Amino acid sequence: MKIEANRDICIGAGNCVLAAEDVFDQDDEALVVVLSDQPSDDQTTEVRNAVAQCPSGALSLVEG
Amino acid sequence: MSTSTGGTPTIPRHMQRDRFAPVAETQAARDEPGFPTIRTAFGTPARLVTRYADVREVLGDAERFSNAVVPPMPLPDGESDADRRAGQLLLQDPPEHTRLRRLLTGEFTVRRIRRLEPRIAEIVDDHLDAMAAAGPPADLVSAFALPVPSLVICELLGVPYADRDEFQGRAARQLDVSRPLEERGRLAMEGRAYMGDLVDRARIEPGDDMLGMLVREHGDDLTRNELIGVASLLLIAGHETTANMLGLGTLALLRAPDQLALVRDRPDAVAPAIEELLRFLSVVHSGIPRTVRHDTTVGETPVSAGDLLVLSLPAANRDPATVDHPDDLDVTRAIAPHVAFSHGVHHCLGAPLARAEMAVAFPALFWRFPTLALGTPYEEIEFRSATVVHGLRALPVTW
Repeated sequence: MKIEANRDICIGAGNCVLAAEDVFDQDDEALVVVLSDQPSDDQTTEVRNAVAQCPSGALSLVEG
Repeated sequence: MSTSTGGTPTIPRHMQRDRFAPVAETQAARDEPGFPTIRTAFGTPARLVTRYADVREVLGDAERFSNAVVPPMPLPDGESDADRRAGQLLLQDPPEHTRLRRLLTGEFTVRRIRRLEPRIAEIVDDHLDAMAAAGPPADLVSAFALPVPSLVICELLGVPYADRDEFQGRAARQLDVSRPLEERGRLAMEGRAYMGDLVDRARIEPGDDMLGMLVREHGDDLTRNELIGVASLLLIAGHETTANMLGLGTLALLRAPDQLALVRDRPDAVAPAIEELLRFLSVVHSGIPRTVRHDTTVGETPVSAGDLLVLSLPAANRDPATVDHPDDLDVTRAIAPHVAFSHGVHHCLGAPLARAEMAVAFPALFWRFPTLALGTPYEEIEFRSATVVHGLRALPVTW
């Protein structure tokens, strides 16, 4: 599973950081920064929640 | 319903509540195909969207659905539509909206808000001390729920807290849809005049607050009217919403003592409980307006260019397609998907702040007053649904 983040459409809501703090961060303008684009198995649920809660559609998962 | 200038509108059906829940008619609309025709608080016809998936679809697509819906309020003398819209993020579409929002988002990162938490805790403790010293009994709304987020947003934004009676009273009346449109338009203008003075002061001597930051770092990118619009929105949105979450949330938890005990005693239960309270209470309930830009479908429902859609966040948040037993408060849900902060590019900018305030305030309140109880029978508590943000007029408590 690989995380893809589109910073052009990110709106900086921060939902992903709250859902999966070890995987996502925000830069000074609040835009998403992916700390680890291949999360470990025990982070899978958190990451899926983060993607589902992203309001702008900036986050997606590529399975595999 | 009156639609004439200065008329007193009746409260639209979709804003009416049966205490915490939307009224049965609004809840039932989820099960009917299509989108029923309603009238907005301004008397204009619209189509009501209540299903979670449909609401998310509309909110998530700023290209098909425009947000630039200016409320048809009569304009007081000396005001133009442009004045009213300047800096008002909630009346803008991309790319204009994106430009304005990006000037602000850095102030509301999760990390920035975490740095405010010690100050939020102090403000919460000060108000709990004052409540303990003066009571019991107390009105939790005026002693705690309203002043805590008001003081937090004042300090953050750079608004003198000494002016609170003035701006709190004005915000409450301005958001009251049962008041004449003329009065609400005039109040909005007064609010902008008040903020105009603060903006002018900040331009001469920018402080160490958000207004000061906007002047220092973006003084050349923002007009005076835009600064006023942005700051007015943040001031109102910053206190009315969280205040009503704290008041209604306390009442809901007092009615569910086992759940209240979890919030008080289990730090890891707090964050999921707040999400469930956001879902269950859905305080922003005026109906989010969007205009259809061209003929399309939402879910399975065709909509036409020019249609005004009104999205009911409380109805969407109680959609059984998304949440089991949606009319029950259950703070132990593993995940409670909701659109209480909206969705899409207009998702609440202050969500991290609102969450942080609640995460500090609820446990501290229940810890300080372990015997907290209603000071009046539940049936006598007055809900106040005729405002853009659902809430309580007062919450008498004792301990």
